[in-house]
Amino acid sequence: MASPATALKVEQVAVHFGGLVALSDMNFSVGEGEIVSLIGPNGAGKTTAFNVVTGFLESTHGSVSYRGTVLNGLRPHQIADLGLIRTFQRTSVFPNDTVYDNLLVGLHRQGRVSLFEAILGLPRARSSQRRLRERASELVEWVGLERRAHDLAGLLSYGEQRLVGVALALAAEPSMLLLDEPVSGMNASETHTFVQLIRNIRDRGVTVLLVEHDMPMVMSVSDRIVVLNYGRIIAEGPPDVIRNDPAVIEAYLGQGATRA
Amino acid sequence: MSEFLQHLINMLVLGGTYALLGIGLTLIFGIMNVVNFTHGVLYTFGAYIMFIVVHQLGVNFFLALPLAVLAGWLLGATIELTLLRPLRGSDIDTTMLVMIGAWIAMQSGTLWIWGGVAKSVTTPFPEAPLVLGPVSVSWLRLFVLAAAGMLIVVTYLLINRTKLGCAMRATFQDQDTASLMGVNVDLIYTSTFAIGSSLAAAAGALLGPVYVIFPQMGDLAAVKAFAIVILGGLGNITGAVIGGFLLALAEELGAGYVSSGYRDAMGFLIIIAVLIFKPTGLFARSERVG
Amino acid sequence: MKLGAAILTIIALASVPLWLRDPYLMNALITTGIFIIGAMSLNLLLGFTGQLSLGHIAFFGIGAYVSALTSLGFDIGLPGGFRIVHDPWPPIAGFLLAIIVAGLCGYLVGLLSFRVRGAYFVIVTISFAEVVRLVALNWIELTQGPLALTNIPSITIGLPELGSLTLRTKLQNYYLVLAVAVAAYVLISRLVHSHFGRAMRGLMENETLAVSVGIDVTKTLTLAAVISAGIAGAAGSLYAHYIRIIDPEVFAFINTVTMVIMVITGGKGSLFGPVIGGMIFGLLPVFLRPIMAPEAQWIAYGGVLIVILFVLPRGIVPSLAQRFAKRWNRSPAAGPVTFSERDAKEPA
Repeated sequence: MASPATALKVEQVAVHFGGLVALSDMNFSVGEGEIVSLIGPNGAGKTTAFNVVTGFLESTHGSVSYRGTVLNGLRPHQIADLGLIRTFQRTSVFPNDTVYDNLLVGLHRQGRVSLFEAILGLPRARSSQRRLRERASELVEWVGLERRAHDLAGLLSYGEQRLVGVALALAAEPSMLLLDEPVSGMNASETHTFVQLIRNIRDRGVTVLLVEHDMPMVMSVSDRIVVLNYGRIIAEGPPDVIRNDPAVIEAYLGQGATRA
Repeated sequence: MSEFLQHLINMLVLGGTYALLGIGLTLIFGIMNVVNFTHGVLYTFGAYIMFIVVHQLGVNFFLALPLAVLAGWLLGATIELTLLRPLRGSDIDTTMLVMIGAWIAMQSGTLWIWGGVAKSVTTPFPEAPLVLGPVSVSWLRLFVLAAAGMLIVVTYLLINRTKLGCAMRATFQDQDTASLMGVNVDLIYTSTFAIGSSLAAAAGALLGPVYVIFPQMGDLAAVKAFAIVILGGLGNITGAVIGGFLLALAEELGAGYVSSGYRDAMGFLIIIAVLIFKPTGLFARSERVG
Repeated sequence: MKLGAAILTIIALASVPLWLRDPYLMNALITTGIFIIGAMSLNLLLGFTGQLSLGHIAFFGIGAYVSALTSLGFDIGLPGGFRIVHDPWPPIAGFLLAIIVAGLCGYLVGLLSFRVRGAYFVIVTISFAEVVRLVALNWIELTQGPLALTNIPSITIGLPELGSLTLRTKLQNYYLVLAVAVAAYVLISRLVHSHFGRAMRGLMENETLAVSVGIDVTKTLTLAAVISAGIAGAAGSLYAHYIRIIDPEVFAFINTVTMVIMVITGGKGSLFGPVIGGMIFGLLPVFLRPIMAPEAQWIAYGGVLIVILFVLPRGIVPSLAQRFAKRWNRSPAAGPVTFSERDAKEPA
């Protein structure tokens, strides 16, 4: 595969909590339109890496850039504004709103009109509202939750809430999507549907970075895999290479190697 | 210079009782995560108990003090059992609002029962102050300082040297783990609230006779307690003691060198300044609860 | 249909002076209306952003003082021998300045205090109100301190062709308050249904998630604080020009508590909640006065606040709305209020 333009670039990133080293000297990049997975045993620093990239955590050292913009020091909402949108490991929805209203909140970036237009109900604000509603309905359909659209998100099943989480992220119109363990807790058929969904998202031109434990899923969906252990990158490459990498096999041995 | 010395003496006397107020509030917040708006009422309550016991029951002044502390303990336990226990697990805003309701009701109750006219408690101490060179201090105030100091030490020992205190510290660290390890969290909560309340009542019982007693006296005391707790870091006992003396110093200097009208503004200004510049409190990194 | 209900409500409220002649009751209605405006503004913070601001009366009081001082004029000395002399302006200018200055204070308080949340935020807001009260009490040259600002002029409205009209009677003030209240209601309603309102709601429910889809916390909360404070300032101005005398006691914490009780009882996060809660607690004293001492009333208020939080934690309006919705069998089962249920109305 011809190497695509670099979208995300992580250079020499280190994170220390007090004396504890959560990440050390992490380097990797993700090309435009790629699906890259970040894997590694529990506590390897995957979620920490995610938090650094999306601005929820400040790195102790190193730099992160997206499409040439340095992200260090930006607040999470500013990074989201660059089109870098993430999901969360635990269920993450607005529990007291309906699925549809959740997506309307998620469409925040698309709905910006001035305060005066909004309050006075000027035509531009109204047509924007209309557009948002249409878009929210589309998204509900796209993740297959039409029948749940008017139920409170907090009352949905775990798997459904995960879908709402992805739909929320998509609502923010990402150019790059970061998914944190999206299929954990899903059954095989749900996972299968989800893989299709991720491919679909990529086909729309969205770059995907994935943190995941489910090895068959990672192997089937990724273009490239980055393996972390104890805060360091121990291997990087396409699925076939990673599958047979001795360092990776060793890292996973003794802690659920069967899953690998 | 002698004026400054006098301010320092006053600061010591005030600081002791402020520290008591602060410790009570910070314990309750640190362990229970409850912003206790009834703290000021407990302070008022302690003062009125002094008044009743000394003047209406004719009991000896020194005997009245422990009675006031006990009454504060009982009232605190009652509040915890009736209002806070059923709300366990609700969000902090709900408990705050409930405590505001309790405060309004109790303060109005005080006003209803005893009326708005200020009362004073006569004490067995001589009128003439103790004069030491350029400064003077009344015997009553000296006694207040000594009693407050003793109560601070007792509380410190209670938390650091007893089984109950150990359980309280465990609950502060991690409530779930504590309860897994066999700590009766319900009991700890009730005890914490009762102890915190009895300290507020003690502060009121001590300062009430120094000034006068009226139903709203607790409002300012509560605000000062909040200032002290924020200064010392929420949940930090040593911080509360230092915070108590610092607030007393700020008030003395503010009243002495700026304008006495702004004495009571010091607490608020400290709160605002601390929260803007160092939201975790001045001593956040030092030990917490014991 | 919703628009119809709104118009009917306004007509009903506007017709009250036609059959209610009792000046004492009219007075109670006007002050209640003013407090309802304050409660609505508090609800914007408390109910729609989840920030428990317990210094809200500061904005009300600042509005009252700014408006009064603008229309009375003042002459104060500043350190360094400077003097500021201000000649009286028309009260309507005071009204507008009250909104602007209160809004600015909301901006400052919001900017500083949204860095801290929860318990800290509550304590900062209380402290802010108390500091302002102490300034009003002690800056005697400007505010007369405890002696109060007196003889504040009534509001005068300039009507083209017809000359100007000074609102002196209770009837005139009633309609003025009603008009401002309706304007404030519409403003808040439009705001919470706009994408600003959705951002507020998102932050209240799940801040991390809201931030991850690009919502700016500081900007959103500060905006809510500015608008909320501005409306409270308008209410304060109405109060100053109606009562025509204000003293530092206007800043008393108990007044914030009154607004909080109104919002919680009526239903926080419900547009109409503060109106209902405000009516109840604004008019209750009128009926309780003959049978209860004021202290006993306050005991009852404290008790009511506790009872409401225990048995009807969402407040009257949302609970009733849900009950009705259930009867029509179309709302989701038990659960918190949703956009559609909250006031059953999308902006027209």
